[in-house]
Amino acid sequence: MSAERDPIRADASAIAAAVKSGRTTARAVALAHLERIAALDPGLGAFTAVTRERALAEADAVDAAVAAGRDPGPLAGVPYAVKNLFDLAGLVTVAGSKINRADPPPARDATLVERMKGAGAVLLGALNMGEYAYDFTGENAHDGASRNPHDPGHMSGGSSGGSGTAAAAGLATITLGSDTNGSIRVPASFCGLFGLKPTYGRLARGGTFPFVASIDHLGPLARSVHDLALSYDAMQGTDPRDPACTPAGIEPATPVIGQGTQGLRIAVAGGWFARGGMPEAHRAVATVAEALGVSRTVDLPGAQEARAAAYLVTATEAASFHLARLRSRPGDFDPAVRDRLLAGAMAPAAWVAQAHKVRRWWRDRMLAVFQDVDVLIAPATPCRAPLLGQATMTLAGVEMAVRPNIGLFTQPISFAGLPVVAVPVWENDAALPIGVQVIAAPWREDIALRVAAALERDGVCTARVAG
Amino acid sequence: MAENPTLPAFDPEAIVDATAPLLGLAIEPAFRPGIAQNLKVMATMADLVLAAPMDEREEPAPVFRP
Repeated sequence: MSAERDPIRADASAIAAAVKSGRTTARAVALAHLERIAALDPGLGAFTAVTRERALAEADAVDAAVAAGRDPGPLAGVPYAVKNLFDLAGLVTVAGSKINRADPPPARDATLVERMKGAGAVLLGALNMGEYAYDFTGENAHDGASRNPHDPGHMSGGSSGGSGTAAAAGLATITLGSDTNGSIRVPASFCGLFGLKPTYGRLARGGTFPFVASIDHLGPLARSVHDLALSYDAMQGTDPRDPACTPAGIEPATPVIGQGTQGLRIAVAGGWFARGGMPEAHRAVATVAEALGVSRTVDLPGAQEARAAAYLVTATEAASFHLARLRSRPGDFDPAVRDRLLAGAMAPAAWVAQAHKVRRWWRDRMLAVFQDVDVLIAPATPCRAPLLGQATMTLAGVEMAVRPNIGLFTQPISFAGLPVVAVPVWENDAALPIGVQVIAAPWREDIALRVAAALERDGVCTARVAG
Repeated sequence: MAENPTLPAFDPEAIVDATAPLLGLAIEPAFRPGIAQNLKVMATMADLVLAAPMDEREEPAPVFRP
């Protein structure tokens, strides 16, 4: 896709190459996206703040660097936007809430925003999200829903809902989200995007508003695997502001993602992951497995217990974090979030301590599996995007609440801290996509990205601008 | 919650009444059904977690590094 003729559909490397060569300017790319946001976002609800002046200033700085013969970086002029739990200097970090709107604006950008800027990317604004990230729907009681661009009557998925909406609608080339129990992978699945949730501790969380610090991850969503890798590489590196961030050095993935799947031991995740979803969720896994020539299934006992433990750690740790706000302003929360947090505050400590032990036990079991396997394939969500406001769904003949169960298959994986690329599958006659998780051993994001790139190359998994 | 006739029945309302003062939380009547429902779900999750077939000497994996 030519970045000068169609900057909306061009990928990041095409935009950066066109900007660096002078075939287009970062300003022209930014203006095209700002225009599209102004036209489409009122109907989609992806953005809560558009940073137009900042975008144009950053774009002009990139263009000035090019004019002066300097390299503006691997993401020169690439427009991106971030979930509104990332600090942006001068803009209040609302984290999807009403309560935080009274906070003072941060003086400094989040670490990952600093790194995107350092790589030449251009910030377009802050994105809608479920309140305090406790959400799988992309709905927000205060800002309205971020809608699915492929069918605006449906959910974008959450909690990085605006991140899904913006990337799938062509409002930004790359978006950043957070993922504690699935909040990157769920919107990637519902909106038909590639999404990377790296290893726990890989990408720095400095300057972001926490949800569950012991499980929170950050990562990118994009319409190509190469864009995921480019932005992931630009954002790597340790951070004194994040105590969980690895001190290990940067391990670039971009140079290896085209190596294909030869030599990789790939298996389908069985047990918990092989049942409980709608047929399309399991069909999507079968499609990916067939394309990769995989016939092996590995049972993963303990996944159900891990998912339960993730649920408890999430509710209780988030409740502790928000306790002062629950005391002082309970009426200003989204009621659904508030009641889950209040219940979390009341749970016995014995449950939580045991849940943390289950996390270690489950991690060890997964590490044992990865002695023998390089990649696991599992569903990302149990269904395609439900309708906005939909409260219940029927899975395997059982009617259950939508909100807490969208993360059935993502929660055990993030609880073990494993790196995952969510890849989008479109069935022939389907109006909406559904995602599959490509899961690797800790610190092997490169392997998950390689497999995702092979699936993209072969046309098995594709992401496109809606409409 | 697992049924055990020797134990008191799981009563989310009683948990709300007992813990709200401990936590300094004012619970409005409108909040109670949602909290009770969530406590029930959490208790189901806790049953699974407490029954996980692991060694009791298993240790958690804290991230804190001195």
